[in-house]
Amino acid sequence: MSSATLTGTPPPPPPATPAAARRTTPRRRRGRLTPYLLLLPGLLWLLVFFALPVIYQASTSVQTGSLEAGYEVTWRFATYTEALADYWPHFLRSVVYAGTATVLCLLLGYPLAYLIAFRAGRWRNLIMILVIAPFFTSFLIRTLAWKTILADGGVVVETLNTLHVLDVTAGLGLTDGERLLATPLAVVCGLTYNFLPFMILPLYTSLERIDPRLHEAAADLYARPATVFRRVTLPLSMPGVVAGTLLTFIPAGGDYVNADLLGSTDTRMIGNVIQVQFLRVLDYPTAAALSFILMAVILVVVSVHIRRSGTEDLV
Amino acid sequence: MAPLTWFRRHLVVIFGLLTLGYLLLPNVVVTVFSFNDPAGRFNYAWNEFSTDAWSRPCGVDGLCASLALSLQLALWSTLAATVLGTMTAFALARYRFRARGAVNSLIFLPMAMPEVVMAASLLTLFLNMGARLGFWTVLIAHIMFCLSFVVTAVKARVMSMDPRLEQAAQDLYAGPAQTFLRVTLPIAWPGIAAGALLAFALSFDDFIITNFTAGSTVTFPMYVWGSAQRGTPVQINVVGTAMFLVAVLVVVVSMAVGNGRKRMKA
Repeated sequence: MSSATLTGTPPPPPPATPAAARRTTPRRRRGRLTPYLLLLPGLLWLLVFFALPVIYQASTSVQTGSLEAGYEVTWRFATYTEALADYWPHFLRSVVYAGTATVLCLLLGYPLAYLIAFRAGRWRNLIMILVIAPFFTSFLIRTLAWKTILADGGVVVETLNTLHVLDVTAGLGLTDGERLLATPLAVVCGLTYNFLPFMILPLYTSLERIDPRLHEAAADLYARPATVFRRVTLPLSMPGVVAGTLLTFIPAGGDYVNADLLGSTDTRMIGNVIQVQFLRVLDYPTAAALSFILMAVILVVVSVHIRRSGTEDLV
Repeated sequence: MAPLTWFRRHLVVIFGLLTLGYLLLPNVVVTVFSFNDPAGRFNYAWNEFSTDAWSRPCGVDGLCASLALSLQLALWSTLAATVLGTMTAFALARYRFRARGAVNSLIFLPMAMPEVVMAASLLTLFLNMGARLGFWTVLIAHIMFCLSFVVTAVKARVMSMDPRLEQAAQDLYAGPAQTFLRVTLPIAWPGIAAGALLAFALSFDDFIITNFTAGSTVTFPMYVWGSAQRGTPVQINVVGTAMFLVAVLVVVVSMAVGNGRKRMKA
């Protein structure tokens, strides 16, 4: 990531693996500057507008001062402990909501991905289109549609009330009285909906790679369908499960749109706090510290996952 | 066949289709409510059928201006991200060089970072540099987060390319430029197109990063966000429905083109 990668130092000789030797044609091996020239613009862009901002943010989080008087680096780490003390419920809520949404996405997404991979036949392309197409409609508009679906006195709320489901969920603290909107359940429902395609697509990719003959072989060896799934399909689809979990949990954990549009002040997530601190309260050090903590949490989660599954699979 | 056996055999199909319904329900609602004539300022409850919004899609202040701005942003950031991303992808797929792992991580990280963190840190950079927030800061941000997705899409395609095709072209006395233009680029094209399409969709629909870096510039998602506080005009649903139809059309056409190619090869 350092600037040394961009200098024209000659690259080490290509590793002696047959794959690498095949990919590097003789002519290219002579043009040693070419890879660096190709990399330069894109890498520079990411360094200046992705890596550098992170450094700026780290420095902002240990500054003190005010908007009027300006800020100064004073290495005040108390900002971090204060931010955690003030906003730990929001962090906790983000993790719980995003975690629940991720589990729901997995439970909902797996059957659909399985259906597309193995059972859809000639409908495969159509279903694929229907999964991807909502992506291209503004997600804010689609999230607003949930306000209509979950509205007080709407079909969903009335049905759940008749079945006394809302009494149960209200008892568990998931909903509020006879309402669905402005409750944790509505926020989780919105999060699940919004990030479901991010779960389905990697699941589908890894399921599709499975040779159907493996299922037949397992069945020939007297495995019951449930056993085939548990011992063959599920283990082989684990890369998709890992990638899908990450792709769902990360954006859901930082989201503030669902909590804002479908929730109430009691469902604020850490994203809401960061947004308000940055754009309305203008308390930059606290906001930067919060955002930095969120980043650290996510990085830990990602690196643990990557250590297990390898980067090349994900990148 | 007993109903229970049938049910068990089709369990996956039933649950899969239920999920599909969950995914599509909001789009159905958006479409239906584009024909609504709401009683108040908000278009959340059904009142009366009307085609008024469809006949005057630009009938509310600022909506079409924001749409035009979003299109412009999406076009420019797609163009820039596709060019930069394709170059980076070729370097990563074709060459071994020092710090390759670090470069891979730098490209992976923006995709693994919650948007709000990237948005917040970009804002601190812009504030520190004293940059005026507006079109250019949004464009810079959009190119940044689209880049990684283009790299991933193009890299996958280039990696799966058979290197012997290029060697064959060179054996047939094609120069480096000719080999690239007549062999490499056409093979990499589906990856580049997929990356560009993804970049366009991501940029056009981005709200969180735009919200932090736009200042008082209003893109279409920002307009929708604002209207969620002030009152939602029916025209928003018209735009949403039209986007859905265009998206389906684009995907169907691109799939048909892909299938046609496959058939020609066969």
